[in-house]
Amino acid sequence: MELIFDLSRPGRRGSTLPHPEVPVADAIPETMRRSVPAELPELSELDVVRHFTRLSRLNFSVDSHFYPLGSCTMKYNPKFHEKIAALPGFADLHPLLPQLRHGGALTQGALAVIYETQSILADLTGFAECTMQPMAGAHGELTGVMLIAAWHRSRGAAERSVMLIPDAAHGTNPASAAMAGFQCREVATDADGNVDLADLAAKLDEKVAGLMLTCPNTLGLFDPNVATITRMVHEAGGLAYCDGANFNAIVGRVRPGDLGFDVMHVNLHKSFSTPHGGGGPGAGPVAVKPELVPFLPVSRVAKRADGTYSLEYDFPESIGYIAPFYGNFGVILKAYAYMLTLGREGFRRVSENAVLNANYVLAKLRDVYPPKYARPCMHECVLSAEKLAGECGVHALDIAKGLIDRGFHPPTMYFPLIVPEALMVEPTETESRETLDGFIAAMLALAEVARQDPASLHSAPVSTPVGRLDETAAARKPVLADL
Amino acid sequence: MPYIANTADDRRAMLEAIGCGSVGEMWARAGVSTPPPELARVPEGKSEFEVVRHLRRLAARNAGDLITFLGAGYYDHLIPAVVDELASRAEFSTAYTPYQAEASQGTLQAIYEYQTMICRLTGMPVSNASLYDGGTALFEAMMMAVRVTKRRRAVISEAVSPIFRRMIRCYSTNLDVELVEVPASGDASAQAALLEALTPETACVLVQYPNFFGAIEQWSDFTAAARDRGVLTVCSTYPIALALLKTPGEMGFDVVTGEGQSLGIPLSFGGPYLGFMAVREKLMRKMPGRVVGRAVDHAGRAGFVLTLQAREQHIRREGATSNICSNENLCALRALIYIACLGRQGLIDAARLCAANAVFTRGELLKIRGIEPVGGGAFFNEFAVSLPIDAAEAAGLLIDRGFAAGFPLGRYYPERRNQLLVAVTGRRTREEIKQFAAAMEAVLWN
Ligand SMILES: Cc1ncc(COP(=O)(O)O)c(C=O)c1O
Repeated sequence: MELIFDLSRPGRRGSTLPHPEVPVADAIPETMRRSVPAELPELSELDVVRHFTRLSRLNFSVDSHFYPLGSCTMKYNPKFHEKIAALPGFADLHPLLPQLRHGGALTQGALAVIYETQSILADLTGFAECTMQPMAGAHGELTGVMLIAAWHRSRGAAERSVMLIPDAAHGTNPASAAMAGFQCREVATDADGNVDLADLAAKLDEKVAGLMLTCPNTLGLFDPNVATITRMVHEAGGLAYCDGANFNAIVGRVRPGDLGFDVMHVNLHKSFSTPHGGGGPGAGPVAVKPELVPFLPVSRVAKRADGTYSLEYDFPESIGYIAPFYGNFGVILKAYAYMLTLGREGFRRVSENAVLNANYVLAKLRDVYPPKYARPCMHECVLSAEKLAGECGVHALDIAKGLIDRGFHPPTMYFPLIVPEALMVEPTETESRETLDGFIAAMLALAEVARQDPASLHSAPVSTPVGRLDETAAARKPVLADL
Repeated sequence: MPYIANTADDRRAMLEAIGCGSVGEMWARAGVSTPPPELARVPEGKSEFEVVRHLRRLAARNAGDLITFLGAGYYDHLIPAVVDELASRAEFSTAYTPYQAEASQGTLQAIYEYQTMICRLTGMPVSNASLYDGGTALFEAMMMAVRVTKRRRAVISEAVSPIFRRMIRCYSTNLDVELVEVPASGDASAQAALLEALTPETACVLVQYPNFFGAIEQWSDFTAAARDRGVLTVCSTYPIALALLKTPGEMGFDVVTGEGQSLGIPLSFGGPYLGFMAVREKLMRKMPGRVVGRAVDHAGRAGFVLTLQAREQHIRREGATSNICSNENLCALRALIYIACLGRQGLIDAARLCAANAVFTRGELLKIRGIEPVGGGAFFNEFAVSLPIDAAEAAGLLIDRGFAAGFPLGRYYPERRNQLLVAVTGRRTREEIKQFAAAMEAVLWN
């Protein structure tokens, strides 16, 4: 395990740069100069290529492995999207060009991409307008709850300071609400895996600003009461936020806007096939109902009557600037290409096959890994290793590590928090039945191993460059850089 | 259907396996029984080739061929082809957050190397794995200072990017934090006025180095004075400049943030970019965002894991140090590969090339009648000049001559209507600079 810094040899050079064509004057005074050069590596270009090629091979990825990481929608990322994002007309475009006089005319193509993506996304989700600016799902959540705060403030109801969040929610929901200044109040999940309506009713008071609900929920289930829930929230004077991380389950089939939600974010890096990048960049556009449109972040991209596009800033009630510019444009571009390729019918097939694949996995594994909530799922199924844990001391973590040895990226583990020993499997629509059968066989085989030879699973994985790493020791005495 | 593997036979067999006679029944059993929406604004699907043709056409409707002197924190630096090639390897780009360490050592080691690189560049001991961009990074730094000091007032220099400042203002709306902006003077941050603003209730002071007007300022005495008042010092910086400049670490800052776009990341009309953050050891457990650390397995083999996760949203929920989950990992990887390609001397050479081009450009512009310098301090690759006319108007006229002339400061500072902020990277040739100066003269005086 050599670090790139270890490969360095004094005097070795990589990329060559143009020779200065102008006099090189050291205009920076001595007192402001660095005393010693930064200790950066000295490498040939081939050294760099070998190093990163080697590192890349240590990863599991969608292109190399089945990657059913629940809640993350690890679908195939079409290759031609990369070529489009790299077109010089997009990649070299400076975001401040529109700020130069007549500059808007210089970026009509880019503004068209943003506007058309907004428009398709608004229709798919069932809302009036979108902002493409948020740079990830959590950033969309923050934007969305800030819109809710602005709406209450505009109505003189700034004392509404509580955000309701189900106990099954993703951690970003309460964290985003807190970052926007809200206190969080938890709502219970009922015995079927839906929002507990009695608990919700009890917690809806005059302090409540809104509810953040994931739809379909984080258990991979479609809560049949969503329309009732959003109505209850409205009657109590609040607004309903939809965490759309799971939009892949319903895209083309159900529009959250039609279920009474007021605001929603979508993760383009999940449902709209932009690559996850090992943890980003993503994009988390936010769609809103008409009552929230005045508060949307600036700038906003508009289409003029003559068919040209413009950036508009004059919205006195806007919450302001949540991003440096127009969002992660390079990501938006890929999502736009995806939308154009799929089209209306393609999206219907996405959700249909995502749900079919997940239910297929559920049907084959539910006896051995019984889900806490036994009912047909949406695009992912939350299985549980609780039974195995009780019988032979093999936990969700051990099954996950065993899967790695069998060439599968593990499902999401221990989320949602309300399911003991959770294994959340999201196959996505892009996987074939043979791949699912292979995964199912591996999961069943692992359960068998758990009974015969549990110790072997406790020491899995054995096929990887390292085994299980001691995370406790790592956190106690953190070494975060080689200095 | 595009990107779907199931054949009609597969679907039939799978529906049967789940005990459903039809897709409709599958939906109904899962709880979805409303009719499908119409989706009038979603077009019919097209082939890859038609989509490429359409997007090529749109790309051609952007002015990709302007010779640019426009920066304002976002620069058209040269990017070696290796960066694109390696960062687009699917093993990196189609993986996700490295929660399963054994199956993600490539991403984890790259993040560790990136953190090390940021530390060495900034002169700080601890870096996180990335934040969204320079603006959110500065906001997160401010909120960290508020948490740590338990004070609720933040002082920010007007010589900090107005793009960042307006984001911070927006995010602070619902928070109990008082933001105080201290005016700049000429191209300087007005350190004396900043110091005066540091009351006992002040959590932190936010400055930029080099500042938004391009000026390089000495901050060592300032950070010492702020420390005496219990105020945390935060510096937003420009990583390429740090190849040459005294580091923020050496000048005593507690927190260093910045926009990492200059490190091998294309402009892409505003993103994806890279927020970075480095802190002193004492702030390590208060820092937002993911971080990777060294770890050892049972056999004593060394590897890397996500660590200090008790700060993060998936564990701490509303008590987390930030809501960030997905960050800008692939951009951080690009930055690392970029630095590795250029190397220790190459980065210095790249920075010198920019600086030399900027000195030359400024000299050429100042030869023109009516153009005056703004401030007289040292600068790296960006500087402000004052024109005899409205800078936005001059920029507009220069567009017609094929130049993005720079950033008209009046857009953000109404009192600076005639000032133009000019950036020069290693991409500019001597001839282009000469042509630019000639075009500027023509626009002003013909
Ligand atoms: C249900 C849910 N909500 C929100 C998020 C946050 O999205 P992001 O990582 O893009 O910030 C996730 C990400 O995993 C999620 O699964």
